[in-house]
Amino acid sequence: MKCDRCDNDATVHEVTVRNGVKVEKHLCEACAAGEGIAGASLGELLTKFMTQEAEVGAKPKQVHKPRVAACPGCGFTFDQFRQAGLLGCPACYKAFETLLTPLIERAHEGATQHAGKVPKRIAARAAGREEEAATEAALARAQIRERQERLKVLQRQLDEAVRGEQYELAARLRDQIRKVDITIIPKPKGVQERSEP
Amino acid sequence: MVNRPDNPAPPPGGQPDPAAGFAVTEWLSDSGGSSDVVISSRVRLARNLAGHPFVHKATRDEREAVLQTCRDWILSTKISDRIMWVDLHESPAIERNLLVERHLISKQHAKGKPAPTAGTPVAAAEEPRGVAISIPDERLSIMVNEEDHLRVQMIRAGLALDTCLEAASAIDDKIEAGLDYAFSPKFGYLTACPTNVGTGMRMSVMLHLPALKITGDIDKVKRAATDMNLAVRGFFGEGSDAVGDLYQISNQTTLGKPEGAVLTDLQDAIIPEVVQYERVARRNLMSKRRVALEDQVYRALGCLRHARMIGADEAMQLLSLVRLGVVLGLIDEVNAKAASLLWLLVQPAHLQRVVGRELDQEHRRIERATLIRDRLRGT
Ligand SMILES: [Zn+2]
Ligand SMILES: [Zn+2]
Repeated sequence: MKCDRCDNDATVHEVTVRNGVKVEKHLCEACAAGEGIAGASLGELLTKFMTQEAEVGAKPKQVHKPRVAACPGCGFTFDQFRQAGLLGCPACYKAFETLLTPLIERAHEGATQHAGKVPKRIAARAAGREEEAATEAALARAQIRERQERLKVLQRQLDEAVRGEQYELAARLRDQIRKVDITIIPKPKGVQERSEP
Repeated sequence: MVNRPDNPAPPPGGQPDPAAGFAVTEWLSDSGGSSDVVISSRVRLARNLAGHPFVHKATRDEREAVLQTCRDWILSTKISDRIMWVDLHESPAIERNLLVERHLISKQHAKGKPAPTAGTPVAAAEEPRGVAISIPDERLSIMVNEEDHLRVQMIRAGLALDTCLEAASAIDDKIEAGLDYAFSPKFGYLTACPTNVGTGMRMSVMLHLPALKITGDIDKVKRAATDMNLAVRGFFGEGSDAVGDLYQISNQTTLGKPEGAVLTDLQDAIIPEVVQYERVARRNLMSKRRVALEDQVYRALGCLRHARMIGADEAMQLLSLVRLGVVLGLIDEVNAKAASLLWLLVQPAHLQRVVGRELDQEHRRIERATLIRDRLRGT
């Protein structure tokens, strides 16, 4: 059976008797999601949708499980999303796009298309400068690693100097460590000691 | 700076406040634009790493891996001159509560109990999670493994959403230079909850609205805000009451509108209007109900100066009136900064930190009253 409102298969079937008149509705999951939630606050709207609670003056509602495949990225199903209120992984957005879109539209004042900031790397990729962006990132990472390594060595030497009570050397090493352009976290009171990565 | 055992690091905080023996967080410094009404501005960006399950769906190992990756990159990429990292799953509850009270992490992040998810084993309470905080200013905090992998937050005193957005965006760029974000051209930054998808940006302003509370017009503000798709919350965000007449107004929707447009709406239109509304209400109270107002303000001051036991909420409410009195020039022997700082210091974790030991409920009430009396002593 087709959905009353679109070309999808109807998976939600609802029969209401209002003033003695029987009203039947056959809807797809997405269209059903849109029923009975207009005017609710955002919070209500989401929980209502996600837990599939009937609206006030509950109507009998028969819900069939949607035949939507689980997300290939994380194995999450749309039902699980509705229970959790959270998606399983970024790939869920693609996997559940048809079901999610009407929900997203409602949550965001009708918007379904992002406007605003785009990550630099993705913007570069779009502009065909992918390699440039990737190289920059790799360089940055290499630099950091180098500094981290250098710091580890210095730190080890410092520990040894302190243990050997070579205070002059220790002071020099401390200065050097300060010069390595990297921040080591001071341990706040009460935060347990942990070794540096 | 290098931490040595003989050089204990200061507790999170800015300049030590000698009177409290405790550091002062910057956003409560009573400075910045419209500080008679606007306490602080905050911008938060939600980000996730591509190719990783969202936090609630991730196994402990996956969470650990994300934490490790983010921590290493954040600590090494020179995000701020000095960064403090706290492994929350390994730190005592009082430390975490301190961070919550300073608005550097969410309650949820302190508790560490992720929303239960069907089909996922119920996670242990202490899942790997952390926060990076810029010190000593505490303007920047980056929560790792909260609801999203990363939540970058910038907070400043007064009305300064533009500065917050600019700074948060710059940090975001630095993080992105080393980590691959989950992003789709259609839905924008992909977040665990579809209500944050798009810019992933939540902008909020904390307002002190005692006069609108007294006149009852606060309900009109709330209704108007709701009509404009803005959320109005209390001092501690979601689900908290507006204790101390403190209200947070923030955007609800994150998709379809660029960051700059949300900024302009809030900073140049909506917030100044609320600020103006509060100022007019204050002026009206002064001209039309002066004695009644003075009575409330001086009673509040008197109560704070003489109480021997007091709860946090009651203290916040009375401090609100004292701050109002200071701003209106009714009280001149206390400054507004002292009053707003006390908002923070009367909170349980701060109080215990100032006193220097754990306190039960009754002793908290006693020590709180003592602390307030000390700080509001007449000259
Ligand atoms: Zn349909
Ligand atoms: Zn998924």
